[in-house]
Amino acid sequence: MEDDFDGGTVKKFMFVNRKAPYGTIYALEVLEMVLISAAFDQDVHLAFLDDGVLQIKKGQDTKDLGHKNFSPTYRALEGYDIEKLFVEQESLEERGLTAADLMVDVEVISRADMAKLMGEMDVILTA
Amino acid sequence: MKFGILVNEGPYNHQASDSAYQFAKAAIEKGHEVYRVFFYYDGVLNATRFSEPPTDDRNVVKNWQKLAEDHKVDLVVCVAAGLRRGIVESSLAPGFRISGLGQLIEAGIQADRLIAFGD
Repeated sequence: MEDDFDGGTVKKFMFVNRKAPYGTIYALEVLEMVLISAAFDQDVHLAFLDDGVLQIKKGQDTKDLGHKNFSPTYRALEGYDIEKLFVEQESLEERGLTAADLMVDVEVISRADMAKLMGEMDVILTA
Repeated sequence: MKFGILVNEGPYNHQASDSAYQFAKAAIEKGHEVYRVFFYYDGVLNATRFSEPPTDDRNVVKNWQKLAEDHKVDLVVCVAAGLRRGIVESSLAPGFRISGLGQLIEAGIQADRLIAFGD
């Protein structure tokens, strides 16, 4: 699989997180894509918007839910050299949150700037 | 143009797999290349050989299978997403193969456009 990969190409990848962390499996399985992408030495970006901003909210406790709490993985992304995390300002505000409520270092940008950033990407994967 | 296709939803419950199939078929008919179709999330359920829809409706699994047969399209099912949902080697319909998420990233690198079907 990885053997036939052409190591020369570096593309701008963006993983767009739009859904709450629990309730559906999308957030968890996007994270699995992100971790694999790190092995390919690509220019990886993560975007959090809509309910997706809740994925990186501090203090998640899933005990009563019976789900694995996978939120510590976001803090581990730095170790995979995935450090370009963008959060949409309006999505935070709509949910009464600020950057101080988030568990990782992010760049908070406006909806308009998020759209601009997306326009610069080669590959966008959303869920 | 060289297309990569990502199918993010299972058959019948959602239009995504049908739309992806129609897109792939049309692209090939127009002379484009479909580099790979990758099945992720519930999309892995499109690969089950146990699907038997009523005969007066389309057969989503068979549609993909035929596309693979006729045009040698590479149909790849994510191993991790498949294991969660009971899609393993022995449950695969002909034409599908199981591999890792690296195959999706690689398709994103190799293809001119990676098109995702789902919400």
